[in-house]
Amino acid sequence: MSLETLSDQLLAEISEILAKHPQRRPALLPILHACQRRNGYISPEIERAVAELLGIPVIDVREIITFYTLLLPKPVGKHHLQFCTNLSCHLQGAEESVAAACRRLGIEEGETTADRRFTVTTVECLGACDMAPAMQVNDDYYANMTSDRVNELLDKLS
Amino acid sequence: MEKILSKHFFNPEARRLSFYLQNDGYEAARKALTCMSPQEIIEEVMKSNLRGLGGAGFPTGRKWSFIPKDSPEPRYLVVNCDESEPGTFKDRHIIEWTPHTLLEGVMIASFAIGAHQCFVYARGEYVRYANILQTALEEAYRAGFFGKNIFGTGFDLDVMIHLGAGAYICGEESALLESLEGKKGWPRLKPPFPAVSGLFGRPTIINNTETISYVPVIIRNGGEWFSRLGSLKSGGMRLYSVSGHIRKPGVYELPLGTSLREIIYTYAEGMRNGRKLKAVIPGGSSTPVLTAQEIDVKMDFESLAAIGSMLGSAGVIVMDESACLVKALAVLGKFYQHESCGQCTPCREGTGWMTRILHRILTGRGVKGDLENLVRVANNIQGNTICALGDGAAMPMISFVTKFREEFESHIFHKRCTAVR
Repeated sequence: MSLETLSDQLLAEISEILAKHPQRRPALLPILHACQRRNGYISPEIERAVAELLGIPVIDVREIITFYTLLLPKPVGKHHLQFCTNLSCHLQGAEESVAAACRRLGIEEGETTADRRFTVTTVECLGACDMAPAMQVNDDYYANMTSDRVNELLDKLS
Repeated sequence: MEKILSKHFFNPEARRLSFYLQNDGYEAARKALTCMSPQEIIEEVMKSNLRGLGGAGFPTGRKWSFIPKDSPEPRYLVVNCDESEPGTFKDRHIIEWTPHTLLEGVMIASFAIGAHQCFVYARGEYVRYANILQTALEEAYRAGFFGKNIFGTGFDLDVMIHLGAGAYICGEESALLESLEGKKGWPRLKPPFPAVSGLFGRPTIINNTETISYVPVIIRNGGEWFSRLGSLKSGGMRLYSVSGHIRKPGVYELPLGTSLREIIYTYAEGMRNGRKLKAVIPGGSSTPVLTAQEIDVKMDFESLAAIGSMLGSAGVIVMDESACLVKALAVLGKFYQHESCGQCTPCREGTGWMTRILHRILTGRGVKGDLENLVRVANNIQGNTICALGDGAAMPMISFVTKFREEFESHIFHKRCTAVR
């Protein structure tokens, strides 16, 4: 029974979400968000459990996970550094910050450090062009990133 | 000019219901629900010339009038806060600093169209900002502004905030509806238009966050008052998001019809490091680029259309002489390729082709005919797709290559970048 994959806490949260939605399918995105918040990513086991819970084919859940970039089918580091490299951030030199982070952590863009503490990715416009170059670490936005500010931030994050 | 939405930006106190109420908060909603009929509200909004500020510029009052009247069928209001057009960050400011203004607008709009359920769809990255809105909503619920029997009128309204999960396409209204229904964001063929068959097949009005946020002041001060703030056919004020090579990036609330030159040089305090202006994208990355010679244009829907561009989301991206426009366009190409939902062949394949051509030019491997091919692909996308993402990908290609051709040719034929470093 794949529902056992989901913790009691998560199941309670899911029941709350389902109670707010008269129909089940519209609850899928909020449920996947909840799963990811609790587990860090959406494993194949969770994918199956959610499909079972909603009574939909697993492929329907997979389709959603692969369509939306914020839903992660693979684990990322504890701190997920997401650098915007779209136009306004590029104009302010976003690439320098990405390079600084990769250099400091000894990884390439898209990779996770061996200790699973950091992942560096580049993302499309965060809607924070006033903060350019902007980045998001987990839920938080950071403004005016430079090589120095990246290093300061990495010192603070543990 | 007195500010409306941005008056209390950056003041965290202004998020609270108590602060909002001290500043006449929810009085416009009270007036609308207790003293006006839905028809009167719609007429007032029509008089205001308020237009869709997400980018399309459709007259808001007219949109509301499309909702079937005297039908017992449930209908919905959906607020589009999936702000993802590169260069645009105004809706984030609204939900971060003045969430109750949006919620008051939601109340008035819902009453006008007879909706008892509203969904606010915020992009997933805005989770912190959506939480601020959620806190405001809970505060308003506790004070009796939402839920059952609002102002003792018998009108019921519930609001649910829904988070997206990283997909530019979900800002397209019908893709947004699909996403709200728990599906991937594939735009729907129109007709039927959402006002007839939208969310769960019910009549639905979808409005941008900023559009809805201007509704309370229109009800408070009257449609004519609002209309007079702007230019002839584009009513009122709007929030211009200004970014790029300027001294003071940020959101500037100004009347429609303010000149682009004034926005750049007066409000954003001009160019950084004394450099020369080269190019400006006036209304979000999808709108055709302007040259430095075109910045005397008035920033309203008609004036920009007259010079072959668009006001769009009013996301102004300013580029100085240090910007390589080949690289800039390649950045945009990659964005549209990444965000194309894959439903229509011209957009799914074309965005990839254009990006590959640009990458080739950028890395010194450009060949004669590349620019012609780029424009040909763009022309084959434009108008041939279900939604406007394809047009949004094509328009920057055509305008950049047409207006700054020498810069592209220098990369292709002389393997040299002409940007001033």
